[in-house]
Amino acid sequence: MDEKEIIESLSPIEKKVLEVLSQDYKELDEISKESELDKTSILRGVTFLENKALIEKNINKEHNIDLGILGINYLKKDLPERILLNTLSKREFLPIGEIKKACNLNQNESKIALGTLRKKDLIQINEGKLYLDKGSKDISKKMIEELFLEKLPLEKDSLEGDDLQAFKNLQARKEIIEVKEINQIKIRLSENGKKIASQDFSIDLIEQLTPKLLKQNGWKSKRFRRYDVTSPVPRIHGGKKHFVNQSKEYAKSIWLEMGFKEMDGPKVETGFWVFDSLFTAQDHPVREMQDTFFIKGVTGKIPLKGKKKNECVVSQIRKAHEGGLDGSKGWQYEWDEEDAKKVLLRTHTTSLSMRTLQKIKETNEFPAKYFALGKCFRNETVDWSHGFEFNQTEGIVIDENANFRQLLGYLKEFYKKMGYEKIRIRPAYFAYTEPSLEIDVFHPVHKKWLELGGAGMFRPEVTIPIFGKHIPVLAWGQGFDRIITDFYKITDLRELYKNDINKLRETKFWRK
Amino acid sequence: MTILTLNKTELEKKIGKITPELEDKITQMGTPIEEVNDKTLSVEVFPNRPDLLSLQNFARAVNQFREKSKVAQFKINKPEKDYEVTIEKSVKNIRPYTVCTIVKGLKLTGEKIEDLIDLQEKLHSSIGRKRKKVAIGIYPLDKIKLPIRYTAKIPEEIKFIPLEEKKEMSAKHILKNHPTGKVYGGLLKDFEKYPIFIDANDEILSMPPIINSEKTGRVTNETKEVFIECSGSNLHYVQKCLAIIVATISEMGSKIYAMNIIDKSEKNLQTPQMQSEELKFKIEDIEKTLGIQLTESNVKKFLARMGIGFEKNKSGAVALIPAYRTDILHWIDLAEEIAIAYGYENFEPILPKISTIAYEQPFEKTKQKIAEILSGLGLLETSSFHLSTKKDIKKMHYDFTDFLEVLDSKTKHEVLRIDLLTNALQIISENSDAAYPQKIFEMGTVFKKDEYALGDVPIKETENLSIALIDESITFTDLKQVLDYLFKMLNIKYDLEVMENHNYIPGRVAAIIVNERRIGFIGEIAPRVIKNWKIKMPIVAMEIDLDFLA
Repeated sequence: MDEKEIIESLSPIEKKVLEVLSQDYKELDEISKESELDKTSILRGVTFLENKALIEKNINKEHNIDLGILGINYLKKDLPERILLNTLSKREFLPIGEIKKACNLNQNESKIALGTLRKKDLIQINEGKLYLDKGSKDISKKMIEELFLEKLPLEKDSLEGDDLQAFKNLQARKEIIEVKEINQIKIRLSENGKKIASQDFSIDLIEQLTPKLLKQNGWKSKRFRRYDVTSPVPRIHGGKKHFVNQSKEYAKSIWLEMGFKEMDGPKVETGFWVFDSLFTAQDHPVREMQDTFFIKGVTGKIPLKGKKKNECVVSQIRKAHEGGLDGSKGWQYEWDEEDAKKVLLRTHTTSLSMRTLQKIKETNEFPAKYFALGKCFRNETVDWSHGFEFNQTEGIVIDENANFRQLLGYLKEFYKKMGYEKIRIRPAYFAYTEPSLEIDVFHPVHKKWLELGGAGMFRPEVTIPIFGKHIPVLAWGQGFDRIITDFYKITDLRELYKNDINKLRETKFWRK
Repeated sequence: MTILTLNKTELEKKIGKITPELEDKITQMGTPIEEVNDKTLSVEVFPNRPDLLSLQNFARAVNQFREKSKVAQFKINKPEKDYEVTIEKSVKNIRPYTVCTIVKGLKLTGEKIEDLIDLQEKLHSSIGRKRKKVAIGIYPLDKIKLPIRYTAKIPEEIKFIPLEEKKEMSAKHILKNHPTGKVYGGLLKDFEKYPIFIDANDEILSMPPIINSEKTGRVTNETKEVFIECSGSNLHYVQKCLAIIVATISEMGSKIYAMNIIDKSEKNLQTPQMQSEELKFKIEDIEKTLGIQLTESNVKKFLARMGIGFEKNKSGAVALIPAYRTDILHWIDLAEEIAIAYGYENFEPILPKISTIAYEQPFEKTKQKIAEILSGLGLLETSSFHLSTKKDIKKMHYDFTDFLEVLDSKTKHEVLRIDLLTNALQIISENSDAAYPQKIFEMGTVFKKDEYALGDVPIKETENLSIALIDESITFTDLKQVLDYLFKMLNIKYDLEVMENHNYIPGRVAAIIVNERRIGFIGEIAPRVIKNWKIKMPIVAMEIDLDFLA
């Protein structure tokens, strides 16, 4: 920028500051007084002038000593050592154990008072009793600490003699004095600044385009003040959806693209739909209180009646568990209806899949594909890698011709769209699927495998009680939080639901 | 999750050097490697495979998987004289079943005893369901006199020296004071009689499922011959358990003898039953399930890799399932066996050409619109837990009757939330360091007890929306503007009706009415509530039930 452009870019504040500056350093107070500007405006102007290299800044750090919270109090009511001294002067002696009570001091204060007076040789201790050392000293004379407190505020660097000693003594005690670092800013014109300041910069520039100027064509003969468009601006933040919900919306959009229908249903369920319909034996460890949240004091209903006698889902599921359904050996125990009525927070969204199958049975409309993305619960302690609530991405495909390779196809496609090109599968075990698998995706940046969770094909013991015959159902339910934390580079699961407003304001939008 | 940790040297004697390729094979076999170090190899064993829980059985499976070992056959010798266990009627309502065997020619080095005890413990906790379903006892044959009776007696009549003790203890005393008694006592304590094994000398061998006798039930390095029993509540599972143990011991170079089980109330048995079980299946069903082509010889090869035999007879294909396998319930299980043998990594993913139409829940779409409208106004969406703490709820509510509690929560979060406002205030209280104004909203499920709820459980789940604005000079008007804009954008007519609510300032709160139904409240939060949360700013808030949009 040449001089002319610089002059055209000076804001009214900058001009006012320039006017009062000279080749000698001036303090902010002085500039404020002469320019009649407040300090904040001056500092803003100074930043802009500094960017234009018109001024030179000198920052001098000063340490100001002032009264702390306790200091203010002590100045009014005396230091603990003075209180102890006064108390002692009124009596012959004081047992050490009684200092607190007699002087109305707390434990810490009485300890300090005692220590300080001993150091100053003002007292003597004999057989646990405190005596005034009446030797030579005048106890009414003010101690250096008292004098020091009265003189505050002081600058640290200027301290000497008794004051310096008193400062050291008091700084070792809590909250009596405070040391504040103050930046003393001094400013003077730079060489360039001198040239500009010596010119007439009172040219008439348009500061703000107004409706009036537009109407009267007042802008035609004048120039606009130039902004420093590169200077930083104060930060603002907008409203936005929670990042977990943003990522869930994205995953939902993928399932929708792939022609899946969204499932919806209760979070509080009977054990019947969460476990029994999914061929999970009633003595399976997952059904213990230490793993699952059971709801106190309520019992649910189970679908006891079907349209026809052999259509009753409950009796078919009993048979699946006890053995004999389609030649299956089952779990060979006595299935208990009451256990299936227990009410709990769903441990997986697969309960939604089961309810969906039950609905499809009525219309017999398949091939059909369904998905859900929702909260599940497990009785867990909370740490960086565990939580009692988590999200699951669930899907089912009901199709007479569905097979294991198609299951891999759907999963591969979904994770490819989520940004993971490579998948890997391993054998796994779930009570309700056969074959079962565990899926990992390859992280393209970290070059390592992320373990996401399970999938499989529903067993005949699951499908037959619903449909009356075995219809292949591909099913999966992977944890979704792992993907969210990975995208947002979160290392602690607790951050997902921490609702730290500062962080939420800074969190980037889900962009995929 | 069961982790099997094996001595690497012992294992390598059986399966050869453990190379990275072999580790990969082991994982693809369905036993993911957890850790390999100089001394041990650890794998995860899924709950459906208790038959892999010993070095011997695991090694056999690995060798079969690599076609280095054939489908297992077990030689069971006929019972000798007095190889007999009688199950008396008295145990039938307690732990009704036992199956037994006798093993001779054991060479029990210290390590092998440990292996056996480890297997015993792993079976107890997995298939045995913490000894409830199955408990296993192993006894030195030279210390006991056959035949044996399995009977039940009143606890007062049961006295013996339990393992690890020096003095005789009574049954009650064992349940109360013995370490194992304390852990498993619950399985017996409600019965009038406790089950015991007694030998021909009337000596108590053990009190299942708690503890063996020190005198007759301690196996040592010297032991060459043992009597083994599996007792429990379920005949199928005690049989399976014994089969797994026999399969392990048969790899220790010993002779296994059958025993006659005389059941006074049911069918007599001769155990262990180690013959494989036939399971008919159709190769086409497997092909259809997996989406691959198979030939008979392929199927035979793949099943053999999984330790399963194959035969073709008049009625078709038959799989021969070894007695120790507990997980083959149906032909569908063979599909997975064949898939594992085929190699999961060899399956080519495909997408079928079927036409289905996507569908998004309209209510979910509406909720997304609400979030868009509110974030357009500069509001920040929050997301909090469905489970609250009692401490937080008490800051907002006097009455707990509608609340639902979970049992035995491992954290302080033990109550299902009844509103979102509690969450909102909690969030505000934790964010005093963030610049004001703070404007937040949340949508989520809340739960109330409701006997007349439509679903299967007497609980009503509703989707709520809460909004809170916090600033030095925030007022009712600021939020009413938001509400007004929101409902205008959603094209919803609403009314405000003067109605008090204990969480809001009297005279500055209103009920929100849509279609003549009260859907929630809007107002300035009462200073008492703000103080409860130690918040230092005024708050104006609202919460509505969104179900009228569903």
